[in-house]
Amino acid sequence: MMHEARALLSVEDVSLAYDGREVLRNVSFSLGQGAFCGLIGSNGSGKTSLMRSILGLETSQTGIVLVAGERGLHGDVGYVPQKLQLDVDLPLRARDMVALGLDGHKFGLSWPRAKRRRLVDEMLAAVNALDFADQRVGALSGGQQQRVLIAHALIRRPKLLLLDEPLANLDLRAVAEIVTLLRGLSHEHGVTVLVSAHDMNPLLGSMDRIVYLAHGKAVSGTPSEVVRTEVLSALYGYHIDVIRVHGRVLVVAAGAADELPLVRGPHPDNSVDEHPEHVAAIP
Amino acid sequence: MVGAGALLTPGFFENGPVRAALGVSFCAAMLSAMVGVFTIIRGQSFAGHALADVSSAGGAGAFLFGVNPLFGFLGLAVLGAGVLEMVGVQRARERDLATGVFLGAGLGVTALLLYFDVTMRSTSGAAISVMFGSMFAIPPGMVKLSLGLGAGAMVVMAMIHRPLLLCAAAPELAGVQGVNVRLIGFLHLLMLALAVTLSAMTIGAILSTALLIGPAAAALRLARRPGRAIGLAVVIGVAACWGGVWLAYDSYNWSGGHGWPVSFFIVTIIFTIYLASGLRRDRTMRV
Repeated sequence: MMHEARALLSVEDVSLAYDGREVLRNVSFSLGQGAFCGLIGSNGSGKTSLMRSILGLETSQTGIVLVAGERGLHGDVGYVPQKLQLDVDLPLRARDMVALGLDGHKFGLSWPRAKRRRLVDEMLAAVNALDFADQRVGALSGGQQQRVLIAHALIRRPKLLLLDEPLANLDLRAVAEIVTLLRGLSHEHGVTVLVSAHDMNPLLGSMDRIVYLAHGKAVSGTPSEVVRTEVLSALYGYHIDVIRVHGRVLVVAAGAADELPLVRGPHPDNSVDEHPEHVAAIP
Repeated sequence: MVGAGALLTPGFFENGPVRAALGVSFCAAMLSAMVGVFTIIRGQSFAGHALADVSSAGGAGAFLFGVNPLFGFLGLAVLGAGVLEMVGVQRARERDLATGVFLGAGLGVTALLLYFDVTMRSTSGAAISVMFGSMFAIPPGMVKLSLGLGAGAMVVMAMIHRPLLLCAAAPELAGVQGVNVRLIGFLHLLMLALAVTLSAMTIGAILSTALLIGPAAAALRLARRPGRAIGLAVVIGVAACWGGVWLAYDSYNWSGGHGWPVSFFIVTIIFTIYLASGLRRDRTMRV
């Protein structure tokens, strides 16, 4: 598939297994600076494992990950993890959480400095979170917490931002706001953004690259290159139908399309079995 | 206008054991407050209680072999911290089970050593001293040692407070930022061991959890910022300890010549402040 001329992120031939169970098999793709990429796949397809491999939190059996042409992160990567449960009683304001992204790894005392506060305010403003900057981070809504965690990840000015299922459990309005925010970061500020999601539809109009994972294998390219019947059929190893319904894309196993009355109701995305043997992914 | 000194029982500050009690309890309260805030937000209150109980075996052993109780408490507490780190269970339920079994084993050894204290050395007061403290019986030589240990531990806490906070809030993010999460966790356990040791010297091993958790829990109800939570916990802890020392000293005057135990007054003050903090909590959460 397509590779950028000057890759900011280069994942080459990465394979990963847990207790003999293969999770990733020879995954390769690359992203250029400022790319907005969706890492798409159903639950259990290996998205989180791939992100953790990029971050160096998992050691892959084969392959290499290069960020800006080098092994290791060197502070170039910001990360927003999946399912971060911040306790409501945690004595940490949103602005404190963002500041920890700047110097939370440092030893010694931290004195209040105007420069530090200005940086934190800039990040909070960039993610439109100044209104709740002084509230306890654990008491914020899911969408507000995502904004704070994105600001936390961005404050060291990373070249690459990884977000693991940042849209899960958010309402439609928060999803749209987060996607708009991420698109602005990549297209206006040149940050390379890799967003994992099990549903590609909220990202469809924004992402310019897609990495589609299934059964540990990946295919990458532009959405129009990847989200096609023949490409995804080759990835899954059996016939896949790519269907467009009311502007949404559905990826379904062959035969499941015949049952689409199930998905042609007023809320089609809520009506389909997500099991990959039946429906590969519910976009 | 009545001066503050007029409220105190005559001879309070001139009394040697009182001065020793004020010094050691100040140190214990400061360190317990700092460590206690992180212990609560890391969800390790039960581990703190277990370390205190295990340290009681060291205190009982010290009485039996005639060595400085501080070293007895400290030795077992540090050993306990090492065991908890080696167990290293991540899942909360399994970790609590392992901690509970470890706590029980420590108390079993304490029971045996206290039995030997009574039967072999006739130190019948050892059980009360180890479990509930004997603050007015602290040897003057131990004050400097306690202050030194406490000051050293507080410096370590100041050095690691940011990585510790990040690990408590989001260990995965801490790992991505290059923090050695396991090392920070072990350092926290060591500081916890020191805090419970100093607390055991003041209010006893059993009640040291009150000094570790109570002031920090009340402060966490009221403060939205970690620095303020620590500061408030220190104020509450020191106030409870000094208030307890004064009330215990004063109780000789109204209890028929048998002063009441300091530990009782300290724990009562902490409990009262904790209850009162609940009244202000809702208001704090709103702002």
